[in-house]
Amino acid sequence: MNRNRYEATRRTALAGAAGALSAAMAGFGGRRAFAGEELNALVWCDHTDPALLAPFEESTGAKVNVKDYEGTGTALSLVEQSQPGDWDVFVVDSVDVPRVAEMGLLAELPDDAFPWGDIFPELRQPDLHYRDGKLYAVPEKFGYNAIAYNRDRVDPADMRRAEMMWNDKYAGRYAIYDYYIPTMELVGLGLGVKPAELTADKLGPIRDKLLRMKTLAAVVGDVVTVQNALVTGAADIIISGGEYAVSGLMTENPALDWVIPDEGGIRWGQAIGVFAASTKRDLATQFVQYIVGAQGQGLLATSSCYWAMPSNRTAALDAGQKLTLRWDEQPGFLANSHNYFIPDAALDQAMLDVWTEFLQA
Amino acid sequence: MASDGRPDRRGGLARWAALPAIAVTLALFVAPLGVMAAHSLWARDGGATVASWSLANYREFLGNEALLAALANSLEVTLLVTALSVIVAYPIAWVLAYRVPRRLQRLALVLAVLPFWTSYVIRSYSWLLVLSENGVINQVLLGLGVIDAPVGMGNTRGATVLGFVHFFVMLLTLTTFASLVQIKESYRMAAADLGASPLQVFLRITLPLSLPGVAVGAFLTFVLAIGDYVTPQILGGGRELLLPQAIMLQVARRADFPLASAMSVVLMLVVTAAYLAFAKRLRMDRV
Repeated sequence: MNRNRYEATRRTALAGAAGALSAAMAGFGGRRAFAGEELNALVWCDHTDPALLAPFEESTGAKVNVKDYEGTGTALSLVEQSQPGDWDVFVVDSVDVPRVAEMGLLAELPDDAFPWGDIFPELRQPDLHYRDGKLYAVPEKFGYNAIAYNRDRVDPADMRRAEMMWNDKYAGRYAIYDYYIPTMELVGLGLGVKPAELTADKLGPIRDKLLRMKTLAAVVGDVVTVQNALVTGAADIIISGGEYAVSGLMTENPALDWVIPDEGGIRWGQAIGVFAASTKRDLATQFVQYIVGAQGQGLLATSSCYWAMPSNRTAALDAGQKLTLRWDEQPGFLANSHNYFIPDAALDQAMLDVWTEFLQA
Repeated sequence: MASDGRPDRRGGLARWAALPAIAVTLALFVAPLGVMAAHSLWARDGGATVASWSLANYREFLGNEALLAALANSLEVTLLVTALSVIVAYPIAWVLAYRVPRRLQRLALVLAVLPFWTSYVIRSYSWLLVLSENGVINQVLLGLGVIDAPVGMGNTRGATVLGFVHFFVMLLTLTTFASLVQIKESYRMAAADLGASPLQVFLRITLPLSLPGVAVGAFLTFVLAIGDYVTPQILGGGRELLLPQAIMLQVARRADFPLASAMSVVLMLVVTAAYLAFAKRLRMDRV
C-alpha cells in the first residue's frame, strides 16, 4: 500500500485547494475535469436530495455518493469502521467541528476560497470552524430550536412568549423534541438563563420546569415523531421545534408556522468540510464551494429532507420560500438567538441525567 | 471411538466439518459480544473511549433510578406483550390447525403472516396514524356518536403494546401451529373414546403437547421485544423510557459507548435469564 496516498501534507492540501478555487472560478472545472470520478460524502439527510446534487454532478461530471447519519456519534462510528480515504466530504454540526478537527479527521481549507462576505457574520464563529487560525469547516446551514405550531389551533401571539412552554392553557397539546441540549437550553432561556451561563447549579429550576412540561406533553420524540404529532393533531405545539420541523410541510399545511420567543431561541448550525484522508480533495473542495454558493444554498435550504436557513445571504430563494423561512425576520432572530452551547463532560452528564429523569417521569 | 473399539472416522470428519460453523459463530457472535463486554468496562473521557478498566459504568447504571426504571418498564412491557401475544395467537393457531381444511391451511398461513411482508417501521407508523386523533378509530367513534371528542390513543404504552402484539402474534401463530399439527390425531381420539370431554382433551392432551411451540414463540417474542427500539420510539411517544431507548440515548446523543455497552450487557443478562426460564420447554425439534 502506498502510505503516501493517505499522508497529504499541508502543502498538497493548499495546492489542491488553490487548484479547486481556480477550477471553481471556471465553472466548477468543466465536465471533463472530473468525469467518472466519485465523491463520498458523509452527511445530514438534507444533502441526500437529488435536486441538490444534480447541478454539481452535471457541471463536474462527477458522481456524489451520500451516506446520511443521525448524530455525530454515529458518523464518527462510521468513520472509525472505514478505511482512510473512504470518505471525502463531511457535513457535521458546527459545535462538533473542534473535536472532529482535533481528531485529525478534517483537512485545512483555503480561507479565501469561500464567500465570507455573503455569509451571515454571526455564523463565522472562528472558535468552532477554525483551529490554530486554520479553517476546517465552512458554515452552510442554520436554524433555530424555538417553537413550531399549528396557527389554527393556538394563539400565535402566545407562541412568542416563553412561558407558554409550560402553560396549562395548552395542556396535552405539546410535543417536545427529545434532544436534551437545545431543549434544556431553550427552557433555560425561558427562565432567564443564557446557554453560555448554564452551570450544574442552575439545572434545578430547569429540571423542575421540565417535569412540569412532561405532565402537559402529549409526545416527546425525535424530529419525525414530533412532526407526525403536529400533522396528525396529536399535538399543536413543538417545543424546541423551528423552521426545520415545519417549513417543508407548510406547502401542504399552511396553518403550520414557527417563531422564536421574545426571550430568545437556540441557534444550531451545520458546517461542511473535507476529510484529511480524502484522495480527492480538489473535487471535495469544489463540492464545498458549490454547497456554500448561491445555487447550492438555495437548494440546501429547501431540501426535501428538511428546510432551514442558508448561511449565505445571497442564496437563490424565491419569495414564497423566503416567506416560509421568515427571511425578513432573520436580522432580529439572529440577534435574539444564542449559539448552541456544548457543555463540558461533567455538565453534559448532569444534563443528560436530568433529561433521562424527565423522559422517565 | 466407535462402539467396537475402532477409530470413528465419521466422528472425526464431523468435527472438521463443524469448524466453519464454529469459526463463523466465533467471528460474528462471540467476538462482537466480547468487544461489547470490554467496552462496558472502559471509560468515556472527553468524548473519546479510553481503555481504562473499571466497573464504573455498571455502578452508574445501577445507581441511576431512571435507568433502572427503564429496565423495569422494558420487563413490564415485554412480559405483557408476550402474554397477550400467546393469548391471541393460540386460538388462531388452533383454528388453523384443526378447523381450517388442510387444502386451505397453506393459504390461511400466508394470510396470517402477510403483515410480516411490510416494513416494520411503516407498520409502526401506520398504527400511529390509525390511533391518532384524526385516525380511523377516532373518526368512526366520533361518527357513531360514541365519543364527543377525539381520544388520544397513540403515543402511549398501550400503543406500544398493540404494535408489538400485532407483530408477534404472527410469529407465535406459526410456532404454535407447527406444534399443533405434529400432535397425532389418534391421541385426541383415544382420549375422547375413553370419555374425556373436548375441554379435557384440550387441557390434558393438546395443550401440554403444544407447549414446546408456544415456549419457542414466547421466548422469541420476549427476546425480540425487549431489545426493540423502533416500536416504543414510534408508538410510545416518549411518555416513558424503555431500556433500548435509554441505550440509544447514550449512543446517539453522547456517544457514550462504554455506558451503552454496560446497559446492553445487562439487557443480555436479562435475555439469558429468560432463556434459562424457558429452557426446559424449548424443543426446537417440535417446531
